[in-house]
Amino acid sequence: MGQDGPGDLTMVPVSMGTTIVATTFNGGVILAADSRTSSGAYIGNRATDKITPLCDNVYCLRSGSAADTQAIAGYVQHFIAQHQAEENDRISVKTAATLVRTLAYNNKDNLSAGLIVAGWDKHGGEQIYSINLGGTMTQVPFTMSGSGSTYIYGYADKNWRPNMTQEEAHDFVQRCIRYAIAWDASSGGCIRTVTITKDGVKRVFIPGEEIPPCFGELPREARVG
Amino acid sequence: MSGIGTGYDLSSTTYSPDGKVFQTEYAQKSVDNSSTVLGLKCKDGVVLACEKLVLSKLLVEGSNRRIHNIDRHVGVAVAGLAPDGRMIANRAWDEAASYKRVYGEPIPGHVLCERVGSYVHLFNLYWSLRPYGATILLAAYDKNGPALYAVDPSGTSLRYFGTAVGKGRQAAKNEIEKLKLAEMTCREAVVEAVKILHKVHDEDGKKFELEVSWVCEESGKEHQRVPADLLADAERQAKAALEDSDMDD
Repeated sequence: MGQDGPGDLTMVPVSMGTTIVATTFNGGVILAADSRTSSGAYIGNRATDKITPLCDNVYCLRSGSAADTQAIAGYVQHFIAQHQAEENDRISVKTAATLVRTLAYNNKDNLSAGLIVAGWDKHGGEQIYSINLGGTMTQVPFTMSGSGSTYIYGYADKNWRPNMTQEEAHDFVQRCIRYAIAWDASSGGCIRTVTITKDGVKRVFIPGEEIPPCFGELPREARVG
Repeated sequence: MSGIGTGYDLSSTTYSPDGKVFQTEYAQKSVDNSSTVLGLKCKDGVVLACEKLVLSKLLVEGSNRRIHNIDRHVGVAVAGLAPDGRMIANRAWDEAASYKRVYGEPIPGHVLCERVGSYVHLFNLYWSLRPYGATILLAAYDKNGPALYAVDPSGTSLRYFGTAVGKGRQAAKNEIEKLKLAEMTCREAVVEAVKILHKVHDEDGKKFELEVSWVCEESGKEHQRVPADLLADAERQAKAALEDSDMDD
């Protein structure tokens, strides 16, 4: 805000200029994210995990202010634990998303958080809910958010389709992140994905050096040691 | 009646030497002396049926409601003191509405029943409150399927395949045990429920009317009064069955 250059780095908010993507496929959902947390031009964490569990079968992708989204996720984890104890059953994805939405909506003046809640439950199957800054919650088969997402709308429009297989969907989302990282300065690092199906959760980590460079990028150095 | 709990029955915060809370037991008596209410859980839903004694010719037919809607997918039938039952039904309505507001989904039957149970139990804990003199039968059709629960004045909540409360409960429960509820649809169960209520009704010439509701596949999983034609048909069959059994004697 009116600074030239980063200026006083202690006052620049820590933001996850980010690329986060979630898609449903036949039998589950895949959540994918980059791993860069920045304050201005300084990268606070180059290996962030932006994919946070809310409970066993529901995860969320966080974008916006890192502190705000961590706080929201923390509250919702707590509410879900309480709810599951009363319910004596796994929470549904819709309920988890509703809890996130309620926090986002009621505190909209003080928060800067865009979350994507995705998971699998036995009554609704695979579901994704996108919750934006104002607290709007919409159910979608595919969504993306964060500063890097703007660069991949063209790619997504062309290549997303419903009912992909798990392999197709995984390839699609990791390409989304890869292409966004190539263009967005606020996104980078590695690609993390989480796949949720009725059989459980699987995490995949693709380190930066293993991401094939895009057109115009220099090849990455091999990892030393 | 005096002498049953002499000295130990004056407040709900006093135990008797054999571990009873007499005020709660007396509240239960209130339910036991009221007109019969029964619930049946069938393969595709739940039926609730109330026998309502018509106390005066001046009453409009269908007034004095004993069955209340709590949410689209849940209904309760009240036995015992009607105003007490209304309070409990109101609380159930409140719990269901707040659950939907917080969690975005209709309240599951087992959660609602436990919440109502805790609420009713509360009134057994404090000297300044009297226990509710009402049992409610709760019919719910949630994402896990249909379920029937009963919450009694002590706050105990139990899940049933079929149950009856009130004056005719013993005879009604005997009849219910003979039914194969798991193979019955709600449409068939309505007829059985009406037959049972007619059978266990005290034959002292008092007029009575029935209030019957269901929540099942046929009602779109919504709690509603049973259609008038089905109810009329069930009453016809019930009266015919009674005459038959009279002729056998």
